[in-house]
Amino acid sequence: MPTLTYSQALNEALREEMRADPRVFVMGEDIGHHGGVFRVTANLLAEFGPDRVRDTPISESGFVGLGIGAAMAGMRPVVELLFMDFALVAADQIVNQAAKLRYMAGGTVSVPIVIRAQQGGGRGNGAQHSQSFESWLAQVPGLIVVAPSTPADAKGLLKSAIRAGNPVVFIEHKLLYNTKGDVPEGEYTIPIGKAEVKRPGRDITIVSYSRTLLFALEAAEQLSQQGLEAEVIDLRTIEPLDMNTILESVRGTTRLLVVHESHTNCGLGAEIIARLYEQAPDALTVPARRLGAKHVPIPVAESLENAVLPQAADIVAGVEAMM
Amino acid sequence: MPFPLERLPDAYRQMHVIRKFEEAIRNLYQQGKIRGSFHPCVGQEATAVGGCWALRNDDYLTCTYRGHGQALAKGLSVRAAMAEMLGKATGCSKGKGGSMHFTDPSVGLLGANAIVAAGLPHAAGAALASQLQKRDRVALTFFGEGAVNQGVFHETLNLAAIWKLSVIFVCENNLYSEMTPSHETTSELETYKRAAAYNLPAVRVDGNDVEAMYAAVETAATHARSGGGPTYIEAMTYRLWGHMMGDPEIYRTKEEVAKAREVEPIVRLGQRLKALGQTEADLAKLESEADSIIADAVQFAEQSPAPKPEEALTDVFA
Repeated sequence: MPTLTYSQALNEALREEMRADPRVFVMGEDIGHHGGVFRVTANLLAEFGPDRVRDTPISESGFVGLGIGAAMAGMRPVVELLFMDFALVAADQIVNQAAKLRYMAGGTVSVPIVIRAQQGGGRGNGAQHSQSFESWLAQVPGLIVVAPSTPADAKGLLKSAIRAGNPVVFIEHKLLYNTKGDVPEGEYTIPIGKAEVKRPGRDITIVSYSRTLLFALEAAEQLSQQGLEAEVIDLRTIEPLDMNTILESVRGTTRLLVVHESHTNCGLGAEIIARLYEQAPDALTVPARRLGAKHVPIPVAESLENAVLPQAADIVAGVEAMM
Repeated sequence: MPFPLERLPDAYRQMHVIRKFEEAIRNLYQQGKIRGSFHPCVGQEATAVGGCWALRNDDYLTCTYRGHGQALAKGLSVRAAMAEMLGKATGCSKGKGGSMHFTDPSVGLLGANAIVAAGLPHAAGAALASQLQKRDRVALTFFGEGAVNQGVFHETLNLAAIWKLSVIFVCENNLYSEMTPSHETTSELETYKRAAAYNLPAVRVDGNDVEAMYAAVETAATHARSGGGPTYIEAMTYRLWGHMMGDPEIYRTKEEVAKAREVEPIVRLGQRLKALGQTEADLAKLESEADSIIADAVQFAEQSPAPKPEEALTDVFA
């Protein structure tokens, strides 16, 4: 199986879908001639030309809105926001428009748009370029939200997102682009709405996704050396949430720790734990816990940023405290 | 190409249908049969009919919460529109969209929008789709002059201009942004001058003259279909009723409204038709045909069932 980086895997997904479906086109800032700040759209312009690989002005409401209109008129746009933080600049188009137009039209139109962006911290990009928005995006009915952690999942999920026929917010992480992994050759997709057990274990379930999933695996490795076997679940899709996989795991381990980089306050961890208590109140032997960013804007200095964002060591400590 | 004279009587009937649609809604609203907000387009019927009738059925349209007339002029079923107002299962959005979200893609109507200026990029995007699909469909978007102070207005004009999109921007300048005179909130109220800064043809027309409106849109559509890109049309008109039901209209005088009634579009088209040889009886017949269409739609809507509660959970995703 070939080894690709996360950004190469995304690039393959875009190229394959654009080859297979003339309705697919990409728009965004610096994605054409430059090939994208994170190289996800590298060489697409040369293959598909400027009609289908469109460099946009710095105008997020405008080009997300155009993507929505094009989607309603039969196209499959993949719109890239340079940073997820800029989704707020286009928030009306994403939240009031893309998510709701089909419903408000009684199902007579559809909005098959993919909005891609990288998010998260760990690079000292500061408070307006380091946020994680999946919790509040998942709170908007009408949006599908995915956040793959591996190159193989990134490729398979992006292909599914483009084919979904609905608005999908596709969350990447700026520190995953250069990570490598095996990516299957040939046609494959990863289903939306399906979590995966990335590491089996009997003592505790750790649920995570995106970059903190890698931290969870790192922590599980360390814990294993102490004789604690953590089962690590990669959500892969944030909305719709695959509670079945979580419930099945927790029924075996009886412990749950949810880890994410977005803020703990009103975050996805709270939602998952609430659903667990509603759906399987007797499954736990110790109270479930969550680990996310502290409730401050994301700072720049490494010592500060590491103090705010969850690290592998925090996961180890969190698990130990639950034993 | 000018408005075909033989269709002027049809336009007169259509403008009455729109006017009477709004009058019927006011009546039903006052009876408590309509939920939510209602933003009437009374006085702005010529922009709707002149603009939409210059388009093909497969051309796209987006409009605003004041867009009942435009939706009807583009071909939305009067019955489906009225049923939507009453929140019925037979409404164009099955009761899920209501007054501000009339949609019917079968006539090119991609949606009315309740966020000011939000529909502009959707029309430009539909035009982009048409360009990518190598089709010659154009997209028209109606908005009020209040929209010109929104960021996405400027973003969309810029994108449409640089990509030569076949979109027609129609600003209905009715002088009031919600309940505030626009001259108090807008540095340049001749909005076509702002649009012209984006290097696209920008004109100002008498929006109460259905023939002038038709000619302007027809010219813009021909220009767009031949690859010439977008046009901006500022249509000067006047909103004879308030911004919405319950608007106390403290921002203007009764005299101003009375003066506007003398030059409103239906009065003017009636005068024009008489000059062309139609009789009072001919006009009365056209108006009574409009009455019948509305009466039928109200009856249809009132007799239609409410949506089943479980329908609330459908139509989120395709």
